Amino acid sequence: MNKIMFFAHLRDRVGEESVTRDFSGKTIAELKQLLEEEFGLKLDSVMAAVNEEFASDDEVIQNGDTVAFIPPVSGG
Amino acid sequence: MNFEISKDPINIQSVIDKVVQREAGAITTFIGTVRELTHGKKTLYLIYEAYESMAVKKLEQIGTEIKERWNGAEVAITHRTGKLDITDVAVVIAVSTPHRADSYEANRYAIERIKEIVPIWKKEHWEDGEEWIGNQLETVAYPKGKPEGEDLNE
Repeated sequence: MNKIMFFAHLRDRVGEESVTRDFSGKTIAELKQLLEEEFGLKLDSVMAAVNEEFASDDEVIQNGDTVAFIPPVSGG
Repeated sequence: MNFEISKDPINIQSVIDKVVQREAGAITTFIGTVRELTHGKKTLYLIYEAYESMAVKKLEQIGTEIKERWNGAEVAITHRTGKLDITDVAVVIAVSTPHRADSYEANRYAIERIKEIVPIWKKEHWEDGEEWIGNQLETVAYPKGKPEGEDLNE
């Protein structure tokens, strides 16, 4: 299984902080496309993190990975 | 714990105390505060949200980057989350180094990197609405490893 985390406007849009489902074997790009279709998200400029480290679109999700979608940050 | 996300008001002196060292000739402290007006629009208050566990890791990474670039540097950063009013302290960065020039430069580097890689977001609340702010720097990559020009002015 995989925990998929959402922050800021993405969380507002999805209505949940996270969803837990099995996405193992899919790439980040494939997951983005699935979530865009399901929740009407726009993830073009959104970074992904796998297990708290930034990940590229072609990274393959493993069983147990936590994937977070990181909109452009605005701390400071 | 030199790198923290805090739901409570930041004790500025306690952040400074973490970088005190006998080798230092300078400590610079950056205090980021909540500004009332942005491009003429009046902010009532902000909500800061963090992906806390990753944010702490990324703050630690910034500390490591600074130690690699500036010899003998010590770094401490605390970033606030939750509801902040105008003039409240959102972030405190303390850097100590043997010589003052490095301390200024390294501290500037830290705040610019926070705006690039640390998963923290602010939601602005105005009289007529609210919005998550997410395009201060977008996900701009800096080919020379440091922000330049316009990016430094936000």
